[in-house]
Amino acid sequence: MLVQSPTAPVDEAEAPADAQGTGTGPTPSAMSSTEPTPSGGADVSAATEPSTGRLDIADLNVYYGAFRAVKEISLTIRPHAITAVIGPSGCGKSTFLRSLNRMHEVIPDARVEGSVRLDGIDVYDAAVDPVQLRRVVGMVFQRPNPFPTMSIYDNVVAGLRLTGRHSQASLDEVVERSLVRAALWDEVKDKLRSNGMSLSGGQQQRLCIARALAVNPEVILMDEPASALDPVATLRIEELMAELRKNYTIVIVTHNMQQASRISDQTAFFTMGDDRAGYLVEMDDTIQIFTNPRNQLTEDYVSGRFG
Amino acid sequence: MAATTTAPARTADILRAGAGGRRMWFDRVMRSVALLASLACVIPLGAVLFFVTARGISAVNLDLLTKPSRALGVGGGAVSAILGTLQMVPLAALLAIPIGVLAGIYVHEYGAARSARTIRFAADVLVGVPSILIGIFVFTFLVLPFRQYNAFAGSVALAVIMAPVIMRTTEEVLKLVPGNLREASLALGVPRWRTTLAIVVRTALPGILTGIMLAVARATGETAPLLFTALGSRLVNVGDFGKPMDALPLFIYVNARQPYDLQNAQAWGAAFLLLVFVLAVNVLVRLGSTSRRRTP
Amino acid sequence: MTTLPSAPWLAGRPARGSADRVFRWATRLAALGVVAILVLLAIQLLDSSLLTWQTFGLGFITGTTWDPVAAIYGALPYIVGTLLSSLIALVLATPIAILTAIFLAEIASPRLATPLTFMIELLAAIPSVVFGLWGVFVLAPFLRVTAEAWISSTFGFIPFLAGPTFGIGLFTAGVILAIMILPTIVSISREVIRSVPDSQREAMLALGATRWEVIAKAVLPFARSGIFGAVILGLGRALGETMAVTMVIGNGQAIPTHLFDQAQTIASKIATTFNEATIGIQTNSLIALGLIMLVITIGLNIIARLLVWRVSGPVGAE
Repeated sequence: MLVQSPTAPVDEAEAPADAQGTGTGPTPSAMSSTEPTPSGGADVSAATEPSTGRLDIADLNVYYGAFRAVKEISLTIRPHAITAVIGPSGCGKSTFLRSLNRMHEVIPDARVEGSVRLDGIDVYDAAVDPVQLRRVVGMVFQRPNPFPTMSIYDNVVAGLRLTGRHSQASLDEVVERSLVRAALWDEVKDKLRSNGMSLSGGQQQRLCIARALAVNPEVILMDEPASALDPVATLRIEELMAELRKNYTIVIVTHNMQQASRISDQTAFFTMGDDRAGYLVEMDDTIQIFTNPRNQLTEDYVSGRFG
Repeated sequence: MAATTTAPARTADILRAGAGGRRMWFDRVMRSVALLASLACVIPLGAVLFFVTARGISAVNLDLLTKPSRALGVGGGAVSAILGTLQMVPLAALLAIPIGVLAGIYVHEYGAARSARTIRFAADVLVGVPSILIGIFVFTFLVLPFRQYNAFAGSVALAVIMAPVIMRTTEEVLKLVPGNLREASLALGVPRWRTTLAIVVRTALPGILTGIMLAVARATGETAPLLFTALGSRLVNVGDFGKPMDALPLFIYVNARQPYDLQNAQAWGAAFLLLVFVLAVNVLVRLGSTSRRRTP
Repeated sequence: MTTLPSAPWLAGRPARGSADRVFRWATRLAALGVVAILVLLAIQLLDSSLLTWQTFGLGFITGTTWDPVAAIYGALPYIVGTLLSSLIALVLATPIAILTAIFLAEIASPRLATPLTFMIELLAAIPSVVFGLWGVFVLAPFLRVTAEAWISSTFGFIPFLAGPTFGIGLFTAGVILAIMILPTIVSISREVIRSVPDSQREAMLALGATRWEVIAKAVLPFARSGIFGAVILGLGRALGETMAVTMVIGNGQAIPTHLFDQAQTIASKIATTFNEATIGIQTNSLIALGLIMLVITIGLNIIARLLVWRVSGPVGAE
């Protein structure tokens, strides 16, 4: 199987970092931010393992203030595979997902204990800038959210435009590549300049996927990406995901057990403990989880029994 | 499965690279600029408060409070203005509150969508009409026909300013009353008018009062509508709404334009009184609503 | 054949009581009264200025002479004064107001945003005449030796910006108007920004944007028509302001040609001359000025509300 190597994103082409803003006075912000220690630009010559998009999560706890939403999660997300996270409502699945690209930090008083390692690097390390992390770990949301003031073209390159100037040609190429990979190119190639909101729900979601792909991530997080779509659109998204897994690591939170059993390679089952914190009950190959789970709770959930 | 090469950037390099000093620098700078802009908004408030207090408080003496205006440069006080405001504003409130509250109730409770929208729109437009035009309007039908400036016209002008404001704030507050309160009352057989008054309005009363107080504070500070109606006066007028009457804002305006230091000082003094009242109402209203929110 | 079963609770209760009807009519009357006031106001202003329109026609708007003795009336100097002072106010206030709204809505913690918002509300509560008093005795002298001196000396080669500077004049009026319309633009912009759905912010954030980039590239574009509406509402307020402007703009009767000229606005002209005017063509002309102001402010008001409505739904009472 030919592994396609995505064209190098034309980034880090900016001038070297100017002097960091010296004391600009109090900047109260609702979100914690980490300042990266100045460590130079992209230095490819450093000998690092080849990127694989592998996530190792160890003893992860996520707190909102004093309330622990997610408890002691340890698991490994296999690269270039689809990992489904299933479980009843409120058991911290989304919180867990968002902690992988530090999106939970938009909520004040959110904090994390434990580690999330992406290819060996702890994403919560002080030297890691969440802004950079989110380029490597992309996200697709439950409701399609294309930018309504932008055309389809501009939507796709919205993330790229953040990282400096790109030539028109390279942008054009990225747009086409991303839309092809999102299985949307044929439907929109003649109306790239029209507004993103003119598409159907399923198309909008694929546009959002294209947008996430354009910045060339390693991992794509999906928070119930098809739950707002009709069954036909859902099916197309699922087919798309099966294709995407060849090049990206995918983690999907879903309420739909059939979906999880259809498309995922691995499944993690979460549930809510008595202390209202979500925890990992069991994680295994999808076949195992759905036909021969080890834990009684898992068995109950996947067979529709509650109690 | 072969490992993907993503030359030149690999995960570790991207993560360790930082977003680019320029982006982070710009982010911090713009957020600081936004903070500075906010502080810049507060500076004029401080400046006005400071000067009005500094120059006004020393001018608030017994003379100011008890003596009427005299021939220029010779002294006197603001008692005619104070008494005038104390008479015209309550009368204006008396006229405006029933109209405003009832209109707000109508738009909220009974308005079929289309007529309610038109009425609401008209009220909003009226709120935005410059107050001097309202003064001219009242002049043409309450002053001109009688060839007589009078305080009643002044109160009417203030009432015209207050009524749409009260109407809109009443409606906004009524919207917050949960619908099931009304339904429960109607289900018990309470007639609709009684439900509206005794249940819905009663629940919304604090908010309605807030709206009224803010409207009163605003009317107290209005000058332009009084220029052509009540006109202002150096004489003390108690009770005669058929004649001109002074008011605090008019007093400030007149005395500020005089070339005499004493008159200017009195303008500051009157401004201090006016400002204290207006700000006190605003502060009280804010404290009242926050304390209500704290009690569950 | 069915008859209505008799039930105790049905007896003696009219389907819709007369008290209900009275109440309903009372409220309806009040509501219509508000509408009536607006309609009457417009009609009355038109009627009381008819003579002027008949005499000068639309030439009233372009006329540059206001001479009661010769009975020639032209509104242009006052229209220009109004527009210029409001324009200055807009230029000064808009960037500060929008940045402030962004700060309050997106950046500041609640602990900081709440008192700041309150203080800006207090700014809005200060009566116009108090601003005028402060403007005449504090702001004007201050501006004369600081901003006006600096501008006229540094940029004086541009005729519009040349001196002499008096403190009292168009510029000071613009500055004071800017201060007075800040709260309007800030509060409406803030509401508009807050109504931008979080999903937009999340989408931009998840692409790897900094906090400011989220604001600049996702929030502001979404909110831009509403913010534009807020600015127009601010403009409307500036156009209608009377007392503070009257007290600091001086008494220029010609069309202002320099930033620091004395001038008059429509509102200040009416305020200073109406009471001494003779009933007749003179009062008619002053009221005609008022009608111009009415049309402009109502027009702007409507446009602004439509713009804000598009982003965040109907605007509440201000």
